[in-house]
Amino acid sequence: MINSSSDNAQKLNSINRRMFITGSLKFFIMFGIVSRLFLLQVKENKKYLTLSDKNRIREWKLAPVRGEFHDYFGNIIAGNFESYQLHVIPEQVEDFRYLIYRLKDLLELSDNEFKKIIKKKKEIKPWETLIVSDNLSWTQFSKINNHLYDLNGVKPVISISRNYPFGENFTHVLGYVNQANKNDIESNESIKKNFVPGLKIGKVGLEKSFENKLIGTNDIERYEVNAFGRRISQLEFQKGKKGQTLRLTVDTKVQQLANELLKEQAGSICVMDIYTGSIIAMHSSPSFDPNLFVFGISQEDWQIIRNNPLKPLVNKTLQGNYSPGSTIKPIVALSALENGIINPNFTVKCTGKTEMYGETYHCWKKKGHGFVSLRNGIKQSCDTYFYEVARKLGVDKLSETAKKFGLGEKVFGNLFDIEKQGLIPNTQWKKNALGKGWLLGETMITGIGQGYIQTTPIQLCLMTAQIANGGYKIYPKIIVNEENNYQPSDKYIPLYKNSKNIKIIQDAMFGSTNEVMGTSYRSRIDDPKYQFAGKTGTAQVKKITERERELDLKTFEIPYENRDHALYIAFGPYKNPRYALSILVEHGGNGSTTAAPMAKKLFKLIIDRHLLRQSFNNKKYLEI
Amino acid sequence: MYQHTRLTSNQFNFFQKFRNFDYILLVCILLLGFISLATMYSTEGGKVLFHTKSHFIKLIVFTVMMLIFSFINIKFWFSIGYFSYFVVISLLVWTYLFGITSSGSKRWIDLYFINLQPSELMKIFIILCLAKYFHRMKLENVNSIYTILTSLIIIILPMGLVIVQPDLGTSVLIAISGIAVLWFAGINYKYFIYTILGFLILLPFIIAFLKPYQKLRVLTFLNPDRDPLGAGYQIIQSKIAVGSGGLFGKGFLKGTQSYLEFLPEKHTDFIFTLFSEEFGFVGSALLLIIYAIIIYRIVAIGASSRSYFAKIFCYSFGAAIFVYITINMSMVLGLLPIVGSPLPIMSYGGSSMLATMMGFGVVMSARVHSQQSIA
Repeated sequence: MINSSSDNAQKLNSINRRMFITGSLKFFIMFGIVSRLFLLQVKENKKYLTLSDKNRIREWKLAPVRGEFHDYFGNIIAGNFESYQLHVIPEQVEDFRYLIYRLKDLLELSDNEFKKIIKKKKEIKPWETLIVSDNLSWTQFSKINNHLYDLNGVKPVISISRNYPFGENFTHVLGYVNQANKNDIESNESIKKNFVPGLKIGKVGLEKSFENKLIGTNDIERYEVNAFGRRISQLEFQKGKKGQTLRLTVDTKVQQLANELLKEQAGSICVMDIYTGSIIAMHSSPSFDPNLFVFGISQEDWQIIRNNPLKPLVNKTLQGNYSPGSTIKPIVALSALENGIINPNFTVKCTGKTEMYGETYHCWKKKGHGFVSLRNGIKQSCDTYFYEVARKLGVDKLSETAKKFGLGEKVFGNLFDIEKQGLIPNTQWKKNALGKGWLLGETMITGIGQGYIQTTPIQLCLMTAQIANGGYKIYPKIIVNEENNYQPSDKYIPLYKNSKNIKIIQDAMFGSTNEVMGTSYRSRIDDPKYQFAGKTGTAQVKKITERERELDLKTFEIPYENRDHALYIAFGPYKNPRYALSILVEHGGNGSTTAAPMAKKLFKLIIDRHLLRQSFNNKKYLEI
Repeated sequence: MYQHTRLTSNQFNFFQKFRNFDYILLVCILLLGFISLATMYSTEGGKVLFHTKSHFIKLIVFTVMMLIFSFINIKFWFSIGYFSYFVVISLLVWTYLFGITSSGSKRWIDLYFINLQPSELMKIFIILCLAKYFHRMKLENVNSIYTILTSLIIIILPMGLVIVQPDLGTSVLIAISGIAVLWFAGINYKYFIYTILGFLILLPFIIAFLKPYQKLRVLTFLNPDRDPLGAGYQIIQSKIAVGSGGLFGKGFLKGTQSYLEFLPEKHTDFIFTLFSEEFGFVGSALLLIIYAIIIYRIVAIGASSRSYFAKIFCYSFGAAIFVYITINMSMVLGLLPIVGSPLPIMSYGGSSMLATMMGFGVVMSARVHSQQSIA
């Protein structure tokens, strides 16, 4: 009994001791759990609160509204229109098969389109929006609205899309928009930031150059979502900003005329204000309708554009490197005068050809011009005269002057990524690029704008403008908005050594257009209000063989791709000049017959609209 | 006369029993029941739906059952110690043979009105059985090989039956319940130390034998961000829910994590997460205090009991409850790998509540009959 009770006491001792140990352990563990709770809930509360919000709040970005393009007079040349779209939320549809066949009937979808929709449906979650069509016609849209009663889960939506009201007229200035692809997103920060599926961005032209300004910012919808991503309730709607509207310096009427003049031909027309450098019109022909690209171009349309032999996709104004032909002659003459190589009375006898080291160099006029002075050399575009001037001048001095007047470098800087810089050769260039020494014969043909020398139409326009304004440097611009205009310090600096020389060239160009024997005499306007001065150019695309020279074929007798390019540069009105232009017609045959007549029509319109342009500007100030 | 006295003494006994009730424990259990109901209500987005109703009914039924249990003499509980153990073992065998398979494991038996999970009951009855086994044993016999082997068999048998279900979590909890009894019974410290050392040495081999999903859980525990949408999802979301609760919580019915269904298993194992999200650190601490009081009362009842059986049962049950709570909370707070272990009373689940309430019933009975000695 004693034994048993002592055993009992021992057992009690043991169990109580162990209870004590357990109790202390429990205390420590409890303390651990409480500190863990404290750590999570009090110390790291912020972190987890953010995580929780991240969990539960999801943002939906909507496509931003793109900024517009206006012409100088405020007409919308690239705007937005309400497109009718059809959205379906598969989850809300009772019988998807029925619905989709019904829609197929109503919208008259082709099998191809139909398959695309089915494929899209499989890729999305049932509560996400399926875009059945993003551009319905009004008839289709109203048809859907009439049948809404048996189309459960269908949402007709009005959304905003790009629209080019003047179709193909501005394509090469504005470019076009299309769905952003992976490359676009990766290469542009603001596209990345504003990206939503189906976002349309500028692919070429100003649409691309000013993407960052045009794109605007997304509307943002914040929703509370559950763990499966289903929207529970809308918490916030943040209106995005519409992209900036850009006003261009172009005049739609002139641009339209340029389109009309070059219809069915390949070529380029640009018109520039000689003082401000404002581009009045800039067209490359043929063009294409940018509206085709907005909702993705169809394969057929794309093939038509791509396979057009006149190459509508090439912007000839900026990308086309052409031999300037005789349009370079004013610069050759100017360079010679400036460098004191010749004086205006320097005379050369033209017999129709001249020889140098056994090579024969022909003048365009077989019979020759006889004795030719500087003024007549430009007026009649005598090649022999300029062979001689160039020979005396040398290519290095010539290239120096040409570069000063804007040839051989990009006119718009980095604005258009497609712009080419042309080529103004000199001896150094040839050595570096071709590893050969410069030949004197090459100097001679450079003097008539053939050989290595290459210019773009916009460069020729700038050159003309700078001759017309009395020889002062200008920077062409296409956007009116002030903040976009970088004003370089060398704007309006004189490009000449002696302003008399510029006058001589201007006078010679006047003669070329307005005097008998001038190459563009037939295109003159006698009314001093419209009177303009110009210089024709005919650029050979291929060396003329002796046989062909003897045949003396008419333009239409030569195969298209061997015909000469027709060029024309001009400025007007002659008294008090204001505008300069350059015209290029690919394989147009002859500058004086093909290109110069276009200038006549253009000047008529441009000068007629000059007052309007001026007054529009003034009115602006009055309004303020 | 004698008859009369017996009658009165019985009557007196009845009131005496009422007086002997541990009202603090009772109030705490009822409070816990109320909190669990409110939380259950919140898991259903503020509507009285299936889980809330079912939980409410179970609470009522099992609380009444607990009260009835407390009037039954502790001697009765002592007497059915072995018997009940074998009943539950046979239920486990039954489960193994004819159980209901759900989400890949065979844990339940269909009793027509309720799906019973015998492994949960085993958590209590193993304590009852072992407490009886050690009740009369002399201290010097406790550490004999025979005793240790017998008690180990008593523990390992149900463990094995539960592991094959498969349900590692519950089998570990059963083992812990059993080991708690061994500990209080006075098994030599060195065996515990050897076991822990042996376990640590064998750990790599055990891991090699784990099923792929179990390995994944361990790996996920070590680094939840390994697979945030897969295996790590539960623990990450649970931590976010608890952490975002802050000091005072997001408010009742305002827990976004659970309301928006980011929380997994919010009715059962992760119910504390939801509670913690809505009531914050203060609420969670309060809940912990309630649990602490319950455990303290259980231990106090054990201390005041005259019989060794009641003592050992109360201490072990208190330790077991503590371990269940600790494991559940450590799991949802990211301190332990995910093992299926419910939070006593709070979690939805009939068998678990039944077992816990039975345990409370026995403890309460020990209290009511604290002066009862068992021969």
